[in-house]
Amino acid sequence: MSSNSQTLTPQAGTDVGIPAPVAEGRRRGRPPADAGQGRKKSLMARIRRDKVMLLLIAPGFLYFVVFHYVPLAGNIIAFLDYKPYLGFVDSVWVGLENFAAMFQDGAFWEALRNTLVITGLQLALFFPVPICLALLLNSIVSNRIRKFVQSVVYLPHFIGWVIIVAVFSEVLGATGAVPHLLESLGLPRFDAMTTPGFFPFLVTIQSIWKDAGWGTIIFLAALMNVDQELYEAAAVDGANARHRLWHITLPGIMPVIILLLILNLGSILSVGFEQIVLQRDNVGPGAGEVLDTYVYFHGIQDGQWGPAAAVGLVKGIVGLVLVLSANKLAHLFGQEGVYSNGKSK
Amino acid sequence: MANPSSTLASGLGRLKAKDTRPIWMEKPKPAVQVSKAIALVIICFLALYPLLAVLATSLSSQSEIANNNGLVLFPKEPTFAAYQTIFAGGVVTDALIRSLLITTVGTALSVVVTVAMAYGLTRRDLVGGRFFLMTALFTMLFSPGIIPSFLMVKELGLLDSYAALVLPTLMSAFNLVVVRSFFMNLPQELFEAAKIDGAGDFRILVQMVLPLSRGVLAVVGLFYAVGYWNAFFNAMLYLNDDKWPLSMILRQYVLLGQPMGDSAVAEIAVPSQAIQMAVVVISLIPIVIVFPFLQRYFTKGVLTGAIKG
Repeated sequence: MSSNSQTLTPQAGTDVGIPAPVAEGRRRGRPPADAGQGRKKSLMARIRRDKVMLLLIAPGFLYFVVFHYVPLAGNIIAFLDYKPYLGFVDSVWVGLENFAAMFQDGAFWEALRNTLVITGLQLALFFPVPICLALLLNSIVSNRIRKFVQSVVYLPHFIGWVIIVAVFSEVLGATGAVPHLLESLGLPRFDAMTTPGFFPFLVTIQSIWKDAGWGTIIFLAALMNVDQELYEAAAVDGANARHRLWHITLPGIMPVIILLLILNLGSILSVGFEQIVLQRDNVGPGAGEVLDTYVYFHGIQDGQWGPAAAVGLVKGIVGLVLVLSANKLAHLFGQEGVYSNGKSK
Repeated sequence: MANPSSTLASGLGRLKAKDTRPIWMEKPKPAVQVSKAIALVIICFLALYPLLAVLATSLSSQSEIANNNGLVLFPKEPTFAAYQTIFAGGVVTDALIRSLLITTVGTALSVVVTVAMAYGLTRRDLVGGRFFLMTALFTMLFSPGIIPSFLMVKELGLLDSYAALVLPTLMSAFNLVVVRSFFMNLPQELFEAAKIDGAGDFRILVQMVLPLSRGVLAVVGLFYAVGYWNAFFNAMLYLNDDKWPLSMILRQYVLLGQPMGDSAVAEIAVPSQAIQMAVVVISLIPIVIVFPFLQRYFTKGVLTGAIKG
């Protein structure tokens, strides 16, 4: 694995290789003059030529159809009074009734409010952390220390939510270290795991612990792309470290910050589902129910399939619109946007 | 990020050359140096302390945990009693074996399917190539929703089968894009030459592309493996408790504190705190073992190229 370190770095801008049609024409010793003809081959000839490639694509394509697109069509149960024993065909069509019920359900509004509170708090508290951390890491001169700290802060990203919640209960829970510490300092006991009012903060702290380090990757890349000559020129002109940070570094990574901020706004209806579903019952649905857990508990647990699917569908559609508009907005800001990657060039 | 490939390369060059301070950079004041060092120590402590606390507790006796009010950092008399109890057989051992099997098989399947599709999509004028690519990419934009996904698994007759843990999350479009963009940045002349010599597409993939792609395969494999290892929700939805993987055992007996195993089985009814933490440690071990071998790819920036163009 060490021999090919040069090729281990896929450079962005995926399409820099030799254009395949040109290359295609050259195979089997045909003269290069034939090069431009690749596209004009008959459909059958192209299928025959690419049959191996098409066969290789087939399993993956089948997977996406069966587990992403067919279930997407299954959202039709949002318009049904779905009964499992009747199935899709025989369940009664109720039109928009499920959606009307949704808007009259207090629990839905509660879940929506909780979702927005948590994502809003994460935007305010989580979002700046990877940026500051990346600035700090970037300022470390010693290669070895920086790599070590990077490894340490990346590690929690790979730990699953079940483990993280268990670890947090051990440290913050009723019998954990922090409540005892508070008590020995003469402060009131405080169980961070089960206090409803603290739940959004708890969720945010856990997210920061898990992913703030991992989140630095993109900012570190952006920091490396800042033109080094600017720093040198500024230093020569007498700018100190703070000036350089303010006038070179921050403007240099601002496009990436704005892009990620916009994309975060686009996913404002989504909170880590596994994280919440594990802890919802510690604080009760009043504080711990978010849209995704609402769908799970009302639909799959309580069997209100139609109404819960309606909530899921609305969330999905609004989420899609938000992400697409966020991406559009990012384009307006002159960024490439995340979903343009690899589509075409 | 106008020209990502060249900027990334220069960024990497800088990474290597960075050990010495640039000439123009003044030596920071001692106060700044010290506060930076303190900040780094605190950050590392915050990241590692919870894990160390769990490890220490798992090695402590019940009385020591009680005496220390739950805060054990250095057990005075480390004991492996908790681990002995767990590995004496029973629920946790079975679940551990199941988790290892699911993770291995799942990761292998996922990597094979991802590599195959990614390679297929590298052909530019492939019939329907753009359609196949878009089909995959659009799944990054929407989720079909919990209920339709659940019903799909049910309709396929996968309830209470291990396939329900693997098939619904077989591939991620993100990993597909990572692998595909890596393949497309390999030196294509090599493969052209092989083609002229009469090698078929499949042979080029197996004999030329894959040996050049070990780094990206390791990273994507790690992503899948971590996903399978940590997943508990699908197990909770689809499996009966006799098929539970370790993550579900963790949820049931550690988070919910339910009694472990049948009362008939010779296992402690309510697991002690040390045993609970030992289960956490066991589920952490594979991650902590694998991570050091792969983290260098992250610090090196394997992913930054693919995360966004």
